[in-house]
Amino acid sequence: MKDKENVLAQKFEIKGRDFGRAGNISSKIKEILQETGISTSIIRRAAIATYEAEMNVVMYANKGIFYFSLDPDSIRLKIDDKGSGIKDIALAMKEGYSTATEEYREMGFGAGMGLPNIKKNADKFTISSHPGRGTSLEILFFLNDSESL
Amino acid sequence: MNHYLHFVRVDQNKCLGRMKCMRVCPTQAIRVKGGKAKIDEEKCIDCGECITACPTEAIVPLTDPFGELTKFRHTVAIPSPALYAQFGQKITPGKILNGLKKLGFDDAYDLAFSCGEVSFALQEYLRENEETKPLIINTCPTVVRLIQVKYPSLINHITPIDIPREIAGREVKQKKSKQYGLKDKEIGAFYITPCPAKMISIKQPAEKEKSYLDGAISISDIYGPLLSAMENSDSEESDESIDNLCILGLGWAMAGGISRTLKLKNSLTVSGLPEILKVFDDMERGKLQHIDFIEAYSCLQGCIGGSLTVENLYISYNKVLRLIEELELKKIKKCPDVREVRKKYSEGYFFKKHKLRPRPLKPLNDDLTEAIKKRKEKEKLYKKLPKIDCGACGSPTCEAFAEDVVKKESSILDCVFMLPKKLRDLSKELSGLLNKTKPINNTEQNNIKHEEKGK
Repeated sequence: MKDKENVLAQKFEIKGRDFGRAGNISSKIKEILQETGISTSIIRRAAIATYEAEMNVVMYANKGIFYFSLDPDSIRLKIDDKGSGIKDIALAMKEGYSTATEEYREMGFGAGMGLPNIKKNADKFTISSHPGRGTSLEILFFLNDSESL
Repeated sequence: MNHYLHFVRVDQNKCLGRMKCMRVCPTQAIRVKGGKAKIDEEKCIDCGECITACPTEAIVPLTDPFGELTKFRHTVAIPSPALYAQFGQKITPGKILNGLKKLGFDDAYDLAFSCGEVSFALQEYLRENEETKPLIINTCPTVVRLIQVKYPSLINHITPIDIPREIAGREVKQKKSKQYGLKDKEIGAFYITPCPAKMISIKQPAEKEKSYLDGAISISDIYGPLLSAMENSDSEESDESIDNLCILGLGWAMAGGISRTLKLKNSLTVSGLPEILKVFDDMERGKLQHIDFIEAYSCLQGCIGGSLTVENLYISYNKVLRLIEELELKKIKKCPDVREVRKKYSEGYFFKKHKLRPRPLKPLNDDLTEAIKKRKEKEKLYKKLPKIDCGACGSPTCEAFAEDVVKKESSILDCVFMLPKKLRDLSKELSGLLNKTKPINNTEQNNIKHEEKGK
């Protein structure tokens, strides 16, 4: 259990199809990480993962909640959405697999890189989904090298 | 602690603390304390927005006065291609170069050729570095500094090829020292600059290496004298044809020009800092991986929109475009030989000697646990603030103010909303105390009641 005083926690709500505000959460998180002096390479990885996770909710779910927490050892992200969920997680984790519509692809999304990209950039990634109900992602970044081993 | 030199300086006598600069600064580097503007050197990226915004001309760019020329035995003017766009269609680059010589320079060097060389070198570099795309051109010093400060993770995307003005400076020194038997330092290479940011990139290059240029003179300073020098000049002695111009050079003056002249198929052009921030945000999130090349200029429409230019930037844009179109139709194209450039490229001639390093802002605290605490403090404080970003406290936004208070650089009472609140709280506390205490005598209590009714 982390000492609560040392944990910076925030909660964001995401609305499905709200493209106008997509990216705001990852901007906010980047700002927090920069202000607290997190290393550039971790910020970059976290920026990509948060954005992909945020976009997944915007594109495929009705709504979602994005939890962010930072403590001296790690960055933790948890994204719970209410939506159609994913039927075959193994398939969704394959690079290039996508259920995106033609419109999304036109906009540069839905190249089937979202979830694999999150996994690639995170130190730890877990996903669970209930088809018809929603999906949960947990993304972890370790701030001390020793822990990531 | 690093110290960064900046080209802007606040004249304390002229500054009236009107906060215009503070509001336009894209990196929130300005605070107004004690009625005077102060620039945080760590945050400043030399964009020059504050110079334009200042109503009392208190923020002055440090460009070189004309008198600097006397320090050298041989002087060469190297004008930015943006200078060519400052005059009417009939005034050709040849005439402008000749006019510069009339002004007292021993020679004037057309940058277009160096731009051509660098363009070819860039093509090579783009070919070899597909995996780091999109690459960002390093010609705008403000963009380079913005990335160092706010987007350090994008630093590897900046092209490491030296910029044309530096290549030209190197060339000029080499040629002239041979020609006249002079030492490098006896030759003065002066850049005629459209913006003050290039001045600082000469005095303190972002890579911490020495510039080959000796100074910069602003287009706006030289414009009047140059115009009269050209009026008085005999048209026969100057080369008025544009046959000797390298087409690859002109594009460097305007946004999109490099991509156009290099015929790059998959590039993105952005100008103006607020727009650049949006593009770099997207890039950092991994959204621009399908783009090959980014041209980003802090000034609208590129260097022709620099704050030290004279002509309306859209008219300038039109002129450069027409020159390019005219040259595209011509058969003669005085550009460098590609094979020669490739040879020099493989020898490393075009590469900058030092690696560009990030310049991330100082965190709230060097210790992460402390920094997290400070950040939480900041958020707690921010919630109490009015969030209208009035700026009266001397910080550009309520959020910046919260940070300044947490860093102990401002006091919470600097906020005009917090002071009355504090006073109200105090007076509530006082009246509470007053109600608790027994009256000293009846007269006093009657007086208080009377006053309250009177309200």
